[in-house]
Amino acid sequence: MIAVATPIGRRGFLQLAAGGLTLAVGLDSRGQAEGPRKFGADAMPGGTVDDPLVFVAIAADGTVTIVAHRAEMGTGVRTSLPMIVADEMEARWDRVRIVQAGAEEARYGNQNVDGSRSVRHFLVPMRHVGAAARQMLEAAAAARWAVPVAEVQAVQHEVLHKPSGRRLGYGELAAQAMKQPVPQGEDLRLKTPAQWRYIGKGRIGAFDLPEIGRGQASFGIDARLPGMVYAVVARPPVVGGKLRRLDSTAALKLPGVLKVVEIPAYAGAPAFQPLGGVAVVANNTWAAMQGRTALVIEWDDGANAGYDSVAYRRTLEAAVKAPAAAVRDDGDAVQVLARAPDERRFAAEYYVPHLAHAPMETPVATARVTESGCEIWTSVQNPPAAQAGAAAALGLKPEQVTVHVLLLGGGFGRKSKPDYVTEAALVAKAMPGTPVKLVWTRDDDIRHGYFHTVSLDRLEAALRPDGLPEAWLHRTAAPTIASLFSLGAKVSAPFETGMSALNMPFAVPNVRVERAEAEAHARIGWFRSVANIPHVFATQCFIDELAQRAKQDPLRYALDLIGPPRKIDPGTLADAFNYGESPERYPIDTGRMRAVLEAAARGAGWGRKLPKGRGLGLAFAYSFVSYAATVVEVEVGAEGKLKVLAVDMAIDCGPQINPERIRAQMEGGAIMGLSLALASEITFERGRVVQSNFHDYEVLRMSQAPRVIRTHLIGGDPTLPPGGVGEPPVPPVAPALANAIFAATGERIRSLPIRRH
Amino acid sequence: MTTVQINGQARSVSASEDTPLLWVLRDELGMTGTKFGCGMALCGACTVHVDGAAVRSCVTPAAAVAGRAVNTIEQMQHDRVGRVVQQAWVELNVAQCGYCQAGQIMTAVALLKRTPKPSERQIDDAMNGNICRCGTYPRIRAAIQLSARRLAGEKA
Repeated sequence: MIAVATPIGRRGFLQLAAGGLTLAVGLDSRGQAEGPRKFGADAMPGGTVDDPLVFVAIAADGTVTIVAHRAEMGTGVRTSLPMIVADEMEARWDRVRIVQAGAEEARYGNQNVDGSRSVRHFLVPMRHVGAAARQMLEAAAAARWAVPVAEVQAVQHEVLHKPSGRRLGYGELAAQAMKQPVPQGEDLRLKTPAQWRYIGKGRIGAFDLPEIGRGQASFGIDARLPGMVYAVVARPPVVGGKLRRLDSTAALKLPGVLKVVEIPAYAGAPAFQPLGGVAVVANNTWAAMQGRTALVIEWDDGANAGYDSVAYRRTLEAAVKAPAAAVRDDGDAVQVLARAPDERRFAAEYYVPHLAHAPMETPVATARVTESGCEIWTSVQNPPAAQAGAAAALGLKPEQVTVHVLLLGGGFGRKSKPDYVTEAALVAKAMPGTPVKLVWTRDDDIRHGYFHTVSLDRLEAALRPDGLPEAWLHRTAAPTIASLFSLGAKVSAPFETGMSALNMPFAVPNVRVERAEAEAHARIGWFRSVANIPHVFATQCFIDELAQRAKQDPLRYALDLIGPPRKIDPGTLADAFNYGESPERYPIDTGRMRAVLEAAARGAGWGRKLPKGRGLGLAFAYSFVSYAATVVEVEVGAEGKLKVLAVDMAIDCGPQINPERIRAQMEGGAIMGLSLALASEITFERGRVVQSNFHDYEVLRMSQAPRVIRTHLIGGDPTLPPGGVGEPPVPPVAPALANAIFAATGERIRSLPIRRH
Repeated sequence: MTTVQINGQARSVSASEDTPLLWVLRDELGMTGTKFGCGMALCGACTVHVDGAAVRSCVTPAAAVAGRAVNTIEQMQHDRVGRVVQQAWVELNVAQCGYCQAGQIMTAVALLKRTPKPSERQIDDAMNGNICRCGTYPRIRAAIQLSARRLAGEKA
């Protein structure tokens, strides 16, 4: 069972709130409109908190309890962040217990598990927490022995008095340690990287693995409460649709069906609001599903009823053929392209369809509404957003809504949109005092999600006599995630163009990036690696095409295009986004870009002679302030049968905190990248999603997965600020595959998924 | 009222006869180790053993297993093959989110009981019905092969 951390300061633990010591270095400065721009964690709601009294408790028996304040969706943060604390505080891992925090951002700091930020933003605060706790234990021991603190040292769950050899266990020191002042600032003594026992070693398995293997881990869908009832919802088939007529007579006659509850359609922009519809509540999930089938409903489809993916693709194709507003314009790309002779000018267009996240655990939430407030058990990436959404819908204050965070059965961005939590809260409100578990079926998940955008990217280049581009024009058209929050938003937002469209650190003098208009007719949401998916697919396939035109080896060509090692201020590329990070701390380092590309190529044996029908393809990307590259090896048989033989994945994410989980993310990123490249596609007809389950929304299966995935961890400089890990492996996979297919067959892939070719 | 033999115990079930075994296990009996993934036998998250064979409980009516031996993931720590497989899963850090892994383990145990030394192709065929969206397939394959070596008494 997952332990839930409210409240932590119970009997037997240190009194966490003792003395009112709530030190909160780096707390957010929201509301400070004036002053210099904030970066990184400081710009996030809740900022960071590094108070050991908030995160660590030590029991009299020596058990060290560490709070995991961010939700676990499979990347390993529930292990990695407490592991950082345990390392710095010299706790023995087998004496550590992890408890999961609920939604409480003011207490713990930012809790939005999204954007590959958990280790990036909390490495330093968690080191502070652990180091401060260690020093407090040392100070308590020194006081007990009446010796100078310089004579004592914490070593693996004990404090040792070096001159006398005396020892005291952490449990014996717990109460006294708590009374010590919390060291901060220059008084904090962090370990040197050479002193780390767990960080960077990759020897600690994910905390929940044994329970997962025994079927005892608690995911959101596993919440159980006395008297619990179950609900499923019939939602409008078209986004923005409304209920016109409902007859629930037949549904209510079915055995087990208890109640039918209308959920109002959303007003304004969709944001994280429920789509609206009709919930059927029953005494088990199956009865609720049968009840839903028995509902007689007429919908008013509304403004998006005409959305059709075939027609929309033509709209996007037309949009990228006309000039559009520039968001980056270095030199004079338009003139250079206009003057270039035909044989040195080249253009291509790339299409990526909508995608559904399809986490194996569908969206699910359990809620109980009483006179005093609402209690929720769920699996969400952003618990405070779930809390805020439910509170707003119920007319409560956020602090009246308690959110218990259970394990997420996958997230990939879907579960950072807590519409399903608000649905559960609204249905529970109609059944006061009764806990309601609201489950999305797989059909619901595929048909009513927040979809990855659909995109057309047009690239055009004029080549110099040496084959490298003199001018580069990228025109992108894709419905924007901004449309989720601002009705009618039609052009890519800066955080979207800032994902591998604007910020191409190439040695090209004339660069122009334009965004064409594209209306949204579905809920557009972020999906693991977001706008990097289309932008990296387009640009990396295009670079491979340019290398072919220039009759050069793609690796050589890519390295020449990146140019010599140098550090580039993303601001000079018209990118003010840079994943929210400071351009000084996180410049784009082309030396690191080159190194990952070379590592992936070396791993794959780039340049070796291949049998007929085989090919190697490469791609690289800077994303989430990390550097990643992929080389794919394919074999294409006589009947066009495609087999992915091997994938080489390289990453430089700066310090490697949990290398074992980094490799896991790279392996998983390779599989997810191949899924979207080969198989997955969401399409709309008459405003409705055509697909409904894994038979028509295909994802990779065991037999399609490459037998060989080699992972290469490059760099690892512990003095660098950390980069992201969860998302960066995904973007280069699809273009590397497409480029490998070209190398094997001479056929260009410019449209995904590849199974349609 | 149907009586079902689950993990060696006779359990009487009050859900309607057409209710899939999955929801009987999860909602009525409170055995939440078996997971819901698709409801159409497309993803394998709900896999259990019925008389030793891997079966998708989301499309198997409770009435259809009356009088037959059902084993779930909760039973695997008491099963010779199940224990070996669970151990391999932990050692190789197979899981990422972990949600599909109960179903993966159930399918793998059924495979190894039927085919103690599965070929790559046999692993593909057996495991193809179990989706992992996190992409742990390479480690699942490795864990099955490690389990097979251990069950054969080889040092691994």
